Amino acid sequence: MKWDWGAVRDFMPHFWDGLLVTLQALALGSLISFALGLVWALLMRTPSRWVRWPVGAVTEFVRDTPLLVQLFFLFYVLPEWGLTFSALTTGVFAIGLHYSTYTMQVYRAGIEAVPAGQWEAATALNLPRRRTWTAVILPQAIRRVVPALGNYVISMLKDTPLLMAITVLEMLGQARLFSQQHFQFTEPLTVIGVAFILVSYLASLLLRALERRLVR
Amino acid sequence: MSVDTAKNPDRPTTPGSSDASGSGTGELIRLENVTKRFGDHTVLDGLDFSVDTGKHVTLIGPSGSGKTTILRMLMTLTRPDEGTITVDGERLFPAPPKQVREIRKKIGMVFQQFNLFPNMTVLRNITEAPVTVLGMSRDEAEARARELLELVGLADKCDARPSQLSGGQQQRVAIARALAMRPQVLLLDEVTSALDPELVAGVLDLLRDIARSTDITMLCVTHEMGFARDISDQVLMFDSGRVVEAGSPEKIFGDPEQERTREFLGAVL
Repeated sequence: MKWDWGAVRDFMPHFWDGLLVTLQALALGSLISFALGLVWALLMRTPSRWVRWPVGAVTEFVRDTPLLVQLFFLFYVLPEWGLTFSALTTGVFAIGLHYSTYTMQVYRAGIEAVPAGQWEAATALNLPRRRTWTAVILPQAIRRVVPALGNYVISMLKDTPLLMAITVLEMLGQARLFSQQHFQFTEPLTVIGVAFILVSYLASLLLRALERRLVR
Repeated sequence: MSVDTAKNPDRPTTPGSSDASGSGTGELIRLENVTKRFGDHTVLDGLDFSVDTGKHVTLIGPSGSGKTTILRMLMTLTRPDEGTITVDGERLFPAPPKQVREIRKKIGMVFQQFNLFPNMTVLRNITEAPVTVLGMSRDEAEARARELLELVGLADKCDARPSQLSGGQQQRVAIARALAMRPQVLLLDEVTSALDPELVAGVLDLLRDIARSTDITMLCVTHEMGFARDISDQVLMFDSGRVVEAGSPEKIFGDPEQERTREFLGAVL
């Protein structure tokens, strides 16, 4: 086996396309999972069990079924109900939804870690419930959960190749396509392997910087 | 201040019981037949007591005797199982949430663990509630917060975070924060118990000042007997959820009638 720089050069334009898609899926998937996970966590704190029970059941179901199955389901079954989205949109939503059921647990732990005294001080000052959440509880909870959320971003990055299964041409999809057309496997797969390492490393640097900013 | 002992005839009658009529001060807080249980444990058992406007009342007694529970019920942090609580003529418990919110504005509380908001600066800790609850303008709230910080001796700490302050400083900010809401009643829950010994005196001196210079009604749970003697109009000795003895500080600390009081004071003094 020999290394062919020519193949690397030929692959690069496809690689950039794939990298862009991977980063898009990662960024949007992260945003959705962060936002939706917080919504789940807050809904699970409402006094009404008619809210908590369905939210608990749905998120448990999503967490306990494979992402790949969910991708296929959303991509092939939703259109039968008249809901058609692009492969990337479907993929981003599926990843975001799937990971929201994990981030929800992270938020829950973060919220529970805020000392009871903070709630009591807010009550003693007569702060409205909404204000207590937005000004007192969530800023403290979110600060605590940034490292854990960061781990899920890395995890999500490593799950983006699953999008290939629903025809999204992210990095692995591009590499496979190139390989099949040129019968050269080593170079494209190596390139995207290195790219995955670099992206997760950069992401973790970014998250650590964010953490330092928040934890003062 | 009066302690109604009618339901427990074996308890002593209270010296200095006052009818609200004629005194000009009037009753501000009344608890009637208040019972609180945690599981099988009855913390308060059919308690009746009232506090007159402007009085400083100290609750003493062994841990677990229900003193802190009374403050927490007045702050609506915990609910009685039975009984009623009335503040300034209006029902605090049981009452609809809206009414609770209105009455709660009259009450402020300082906690053993300070409970400052660590995500806010000192100034913001103090202005947060006046702005969002009382609708004060930010400028006005800040001006008032600076005055209060001056009063508690921390004028230079406006922009500090609570984590940068000592325990004593944090507690003084917490006192300023409570006062910023201009409460009629200030509840002090073992406010020096979590402090290093050398920081206790500063906080107690500040509270003595406030007790002397304002007409705020104070309800205080403390193990600092010297402080209790200094600021109190009335001292209540608690044991097992009941008032064992009530009276002026001179009486309670100088010549207690009950054996249980003597025993307790003997152990802590």
